[in-house]
Amino acid sequence: MKPGSRFGGWAGSLTAVLLTAYPANRLSAQDTSAIDRGVRIGIVYRPGVRPGMVVLPVPKAALDSVRALVVRDVDYSDRFEPITLPGGDSIRAASPPSSPSAGRTATGAGGGARGTGGAAVATGLNYPLYQALGADFVVGITPAAGDSTVVTVYDVAAGGVRRELRARLPALGDAGFRLAVHRLADRVLEASLGVGGTAATRILFVMNGKVYTIDQDGADQRLVSSSDHQAMSPAWAGDGRRFAYMEFWEGHGRLFVQDVASGKRAPVVTTGQALDFTPAFSPDGKTLAFSRAIEEGTDVYTVNVKDGCCLQRLTVGRFYDNLSPTYSPDGRRIAFVSTRPGLPQIYVMSADGTDQQLFAPFDYGATGSSNAPEWSPDGQTVAFHRDVGGTLQVFVLDVRTRAVRQLTSVGRNEDPTWAPDSRHMAFVSDRSGYRQLWIIDVETGRIRPLLQQSGARLPAWSPRLPETASSAP
Amino acid sequence: MKRLPLLLLTGLAVVPIAACGGKPKPETPAPAATANTDSIEAAERARADSIARAEKEARDREAAEREAQQRRADSLAALGRSTEAVRTLLATMIHFDYDKALIRGGDASVLDQKMAILQANPALHIRISGHCDERGSDEYNLALGNRRATAAKQYLVSHGIDASRIETVSYGEERPIAQAHDEEAWAQNRRDEFEILAGGENLKQP
Repeated sequence: MKPGSRFGGWAGSLTAVLLTAYPANRLSAQDTSAIDRGVRIGIVYRPGVRPGMVVLPVPKAALDSVRALVVRDVDYSDRFEPITLPGGDSIRAASPPSSPSAGRTATGAGGGARGTGGAAVATGLNYPLYQALGADFVVGITPAAGDSTVVTVYDVAAGGVRRELRARLPALGDAGFRLAVHRLADRVLEASLGVGGTAATRILFVMNGKVYTIDQDGADQRLVSSSDHQAMSPAWAGDGRRFAYMEFWEGHGRLFVQDVASGKRAPVVTTGQALDFTPAFSPDGKTLAFSRAIEEGTDVYTVNVKDGCCLQRLTVGRFYDNLSPTYSPDGRRIAFVSTRPGLPQIYVMSADGTDQQLFAPFDYGATGSSNAPEWSPDGQTVAFHRDVGGTLQVFVLDVRTRAVRQLTSVGRNEDPTWAPDSRHMAFVSDRSGYRQLWIIDVETGRIRPLLQQSGARLPAWSPRLPETASSAP
Repeated sequence: MKRLPLLLLTGLAVVPIAACGGKPKPETPAPAATANTDSIEAAERARADSIARAEKEARDREAAEREAQQRRADSLAALGRSTEAVRTLLATMIHFDYDKALIRGGDASVLDQKMAILQANPALHIRISGHCDERGSDEYNLALGNRRATAAKQYLVSHGIDASRIETVSYGEERPIAQAHDEEAWAQNRRDEFEILAGGENLKQP
């Protein structure tokens, strides 16, 4: 409220309106279908309140798409409250992102530019105005010489420019355009909060027996599996350049590794006519762990995909099954599913198969089946789904304390996959009436649908994608 | 399930008798006696009906199984010793309980028929594919379907069929035959399918 008192008239009343319209009630651990969007008034880094961010209108129509993508990425990061500018013109006038015409700025806001640093004077940003709007950061997107784009991140509290990011964006409509803008949005996040974003990522999933990829914001869905064989269980390599998946062939199941850029694929060297499924790359990308079903049961194996050799069997469960391996990010352990307690539950072992033990605790005879574990990229948690009263719910296991927390409760929720920030998660849910993919922010419980198509399942969230992975199929 | 209605109705049948016995001698015995007889008969009828109702589900299931086996035997007889008849018999699916891979009692006889066919046709090679319903986890169902296919194979092998004549595979929940999302469809989808891989050109009836 402090800044509001410095302004006359509309700024104060605006503050009051915004405060009453959006009571701060964040920090819910459970998921909520209510999408919480809007404006927040506050000072930076208050616990439970996210910093506000304004992405300024762009001076050039060609940059509208860039701005729209960045705004959405900022929103989906769940790290900021994206602040939409009310009133339009007066604010627009108050924020000439490139020109140093500070005079218009002053008249527009009526409060005078009280910039504390030289940068503020040079750019003409009216810091007190944005402070009054609840913004902690302001982002300006401007064209620069030689087809490049400059993104300026202003720190409102410090009253200066936090960082200037320069990028050469492909033309709108080019295959690499969206990923390049997403990467820029991630750099904005990095510049303002010092944390990595997830905008430049994609999610693989299976629909009608085919593997698809989609950007994390729900755009640019593409078919990536090229055969008529029914596919399952896509899994990314840690470099984001390859992924593995399984296909049903005549009487058995085969694993393939496909190159993202070229779309070319190669079968994984395996022996015999077994049913191989649920591939998972080791973090160094050299080893593929997978499940193999043979007559004596299903067990976890590894194969060296770099040299195409060295099949190793990690589990021997003659009267029970072991499946669905997932590596810890340091590559030293593998979490997996084992039916040794009678029902499938989450176990863990060393990457060489030794020291097998229960991972996610359960009450014998009371806890339902637990399946589909995925180790988070920060190594701290393992997500999985568990049968609760006849339907499936997503859980997370704290690796250090081995405490288990239920994350979802609405409908049937399964097959969680972590975003590279270890904070967002994609999963399959039928909460909207049919099974499709959703994304949840584990910190706030905010949830959004990834796509609006029935039948999407078995999602796999990519790591942060490298530049070369952006080419079209 | 069965005991409760039976006890209740026995009680109902006794009550009218006791009530009538406690009355003084009636002036018009004939209607009263008629009434008594009626009520006991009605109670017994009701009791019988109730037992029938209580056991209906179990009986129906047994009857359906007997009928199915009878139909299989009848159809075989009607079709004669044709290859087609043996093929049909061989293709009969077996079904499983939710999240289980145990051969049901009724399905053992179905497997016995397949065993007889395999013994009568030494060149015959088959593949058993295990399937699941959509309720379980997608990937876990591949392991479960594998158990189901293997359970049938082990039954046949333990009864003297050469293991090399039988392949197994699992399709998990990926190839449902009933598309609905209810218990009836799920029960149909929890199954083993049997297909001929080789030696199925001229099949002898066992």
